[in-house]
Amino acid sequence: MTAHATMSLEQPAPGAPALANLVKEAELGGEPPEDDIPLYAPRRKIYPQSVQGTFRNIKWAVLVVTLGIYYLLPFVRWDRGPNAPSQAILIDFPNRRFYFFFIELWPQEIYYLTGLLILAAIVLFLMNAVAGRIWCGYLCPQTVWTDLFFAIERFVEGDRREHMQRDVRKWTAGTYARKGLKHVLWLMVAWWTGGAWVLYFSDAPTLVKDLATGQAPLIAYAWIGILTVTTYSLAGHMREQVCLYMCPWPRIQAALTDEYALNVTYRYDRGEPRCSVKKGEQLRSQGQPVGDCIDCLQCVHVCPTGVDIRGGANLGCIQCGLCIDACDAIMSKLGRPTRLIAYDTDLNIKQRTEGKQPFYKLVRMRTALYAGIIVVVGGIMLYTLATRDSEGISVIHDRNPMYVRLSDGALRNGYTIRIVNKRLKYRDFIVSVDGLPSTLVDFVGLPPRADGRQLITVGPDQTKEVRVVVTDYSATPPPPSTSILFKLIDIDSGETAEMRDHFFGPG
Amino acid sequence: MAEEHKNIDAVTGTATTGHEWDGLRELNTPLPRWWLWLFYITIVWSVGYWIVYPAWPLLTNSTQGVFGYHTRTALLEDLDALKQQRGPMMDKLASASLAEIVADPSLLDFARAQGRVAFADNCAPCHGAGGGGAKGYPNLNDDEWLWGGKLSDVEQTIRYGARAGDNKGRAGSMPAFGRDNILKPNEISAVADFVRSLSNLSTEPGVDLGLGKKVYADNCALCHGPDGKGNREMGAPNLTDKIWFYSSDKATIVQGIENGRGAVMPAWGGRLSEPTIKALTVYVHTFGGGEK
Repeated sequence: MTAHATMSLEQPAPGAPALANLVKEAELGGEPPEDDIPLYAPRRKIYPQSVQGTFRNIKWAVLVVTLGIYYLLPFVRWDRGPNAPSQAILIDFPNRRFYFFFIELWPQEIYYLTGLLILAAIVLFLMNAVAGRIWCGYLCPQTVWTDLFFAIERFVEGDRREHMQRDVRKWTAGTYARKGLKHVLWLMVAWWTGGAWVLYFSDAPTLVKDLATGQAPLIAYAWIGILTVTTYSLAGHMREQVCLYMCPWPRIQAALTDEYALNVTYRYDRGEPRCSVKKGEQLRSQGQPVGDCIDCLQCVHVCPTGVDIRGGANLGCIQCGLCIDACDAIMSKLGRPTRLIAYDTDLNIKQRTEGKQPFYKLVRMRTALYAGIIVVVGGIMLYTLATRDSEGISVIHDRNPMYVRLSDGALRNGYTIRIVNKRLKYRDFIVSVDGLPSTLVDFVGLPPRADGRQLITVGPDQTKEVRVVVTDYSATPPPPSTSILFKLIDIDSGETAEMRDHFFGPG
Repeated sequence: MAEEHKNIDAVTGTATTGHEWDGLRELNTPLPRWWLWLFYITIVWSVGYWIVYPAWPLLTNSTQGVFGYHTRTALLEDLDALKQQRGPMMDKLASASLAEIVADPSLLDFARAQGRVAFADNCAPCHGAGGGGAKGYPNLNDDEWLWGGKLSDVEQTIRYGARAGDNKGRAGSMPAFGRDNILKPNEISAVADFVRSLSNLSTEPGVDLGLGKKVYADNCALCHGPDGKGNREMGAPNLTDKIWFYSSDKATIVQGIENGRGAVMPAWGGRLSEPTIKALTVYVHTFGGGEK
């Protein structure tokens, strides 16, 4: 980071004793301030102004796409046949299944979630290495919902100026009506957010019907209530406070970034010294240097977190780019080149100041490393997903007794095996036990077929538990422990699964 | 307090309590109002709680609450719901014969699941969690059965017990040949060695197996059979196989002949429900040693 970066949350307001100045003074070793400065910064209400432009359009598009996916995805159907639900994405807690289009996961495959979390973290790091807090500015649910709530607020209470004036004037019935309407709309959005959430956990059309007729389980209403409250308070009331004080990512992000990452940057080399258009003309006629910034504060007024980007890289900045749109609009009107604020680096500003070419270094050690990890983890996940078995066997040896001596001296061990059938149809399996010279294997309760084999039929998408007793008739007693192999074979497809266990004896 | 009387701290702009200790003043920062309101609400809530739920202890009882809620009745309701849920399978279990239960895979699974719990509750203290047995308590996994290993035999043993005083129960015990002066010590020693020789175990050098054989024929063969194969009518174990109810060492055998044996199994007939006894029978039979 450069010395230009101040990490203050509070932007120095004109005329007020600036925190940044005090800090600077202290850092420069000057006289410490006479008295302690207050450690508590009260919240300033932010009235972000509406804005048009490239980044605003991107944000609208992201908002529509992400919220559209969130609200509508539970209604997407996916035909899996008669033995499974036909909802494209379903977290089926009662049956312990997760359905994602053509993928069905069992609880024991939860490690795919671990993989996804790793991917999510590294993708976040990669985004950060390429273009800073691009997640915060465009994709974070907090940002998206807050953006939507801002839009509702502006629709009901008017844009920044109108809204501020109404707030400071004596409140009329109209003001109260507007505020009331805003909160009703907010609560409706919040309620529907919670409503969409529960649809991921049950058949969506049925649940909607049940919710409407009061037939849905209490837990569904409870979760809708919880998410209504969180959405309403987080997106309606807490807003930028979440980003500034609650979210750990800005802190982590600041520690992970480097000087080449693109950030929303005020190009002070071009903008300073800032002055009004009129004063600028005067100064220019006197041959003095004048910057492009006319100090119109449009960049501050559109900012959803109330940051002045001209203060440099800032903890409060979520890098949504709305200040770029605001500044570009002003620059266009003045006939000056746009992108006085842009995705850039402090390094490039220095380069330009020194008359050198700016450079953009996308491929760096960290971007390459992050991309590499993404490819490796994603590759492993895809490989395991593509080659995973649709059947499985697990074996538990009896705890008591460890082995049984039969009247003729033979040894017997008891096991409980569980056979997994992940296909959506009935399947017939046989199980063989290898590793002992002379054994008799009996599957308790399964009648032998004509060929003497005992067939284990497992229902679609189910497991079956079978008790197995293995008797060893070898002349010489086996050692205290012999490794044996339970081999599961699907008699139709020939697919196999294996599990090792032990055959115990007195030794 | 009027505004002008407040002592305002210059640095924070917050009122102080007005006290001063050696130049130290304390800021007056009361609990947040929302917190206080929540606190008051919890107090009001608790009053409601006293009224609707059992709360205040009285001399011999407690206030019952207008909801009529009681943890015991709640538990019974839960148990009833569980019974309701198991109802159809339980009815099937109650009406099916043992052979029918074993022949029906889903009923067998259900019976084994029921049996496992009943076994752990009632049988495991003596027979072990998996029916592995212990000295004096038979292993239920092997293929030797003192009183028979068919489904009907196992059921009878569970229902009426062994040597537990039930008329239909298993009866017959090993006399105390030594203590009751039926056999002399040298005869006991000899017959113990003879019994070991029946299952090809080593005998003491110089022992008179002839005497042992004679003593066996005169005293033991009545119950254990002339060739030592045992008799399930009497619960007399087979002495020729590799399974020993107590132990195969000579001292233990001598002790048994001296003092007799007579392990008792309680009768479970009146104590467990009919379906539970069936479930237990099937469960024990499927340990692996059940006879057809």
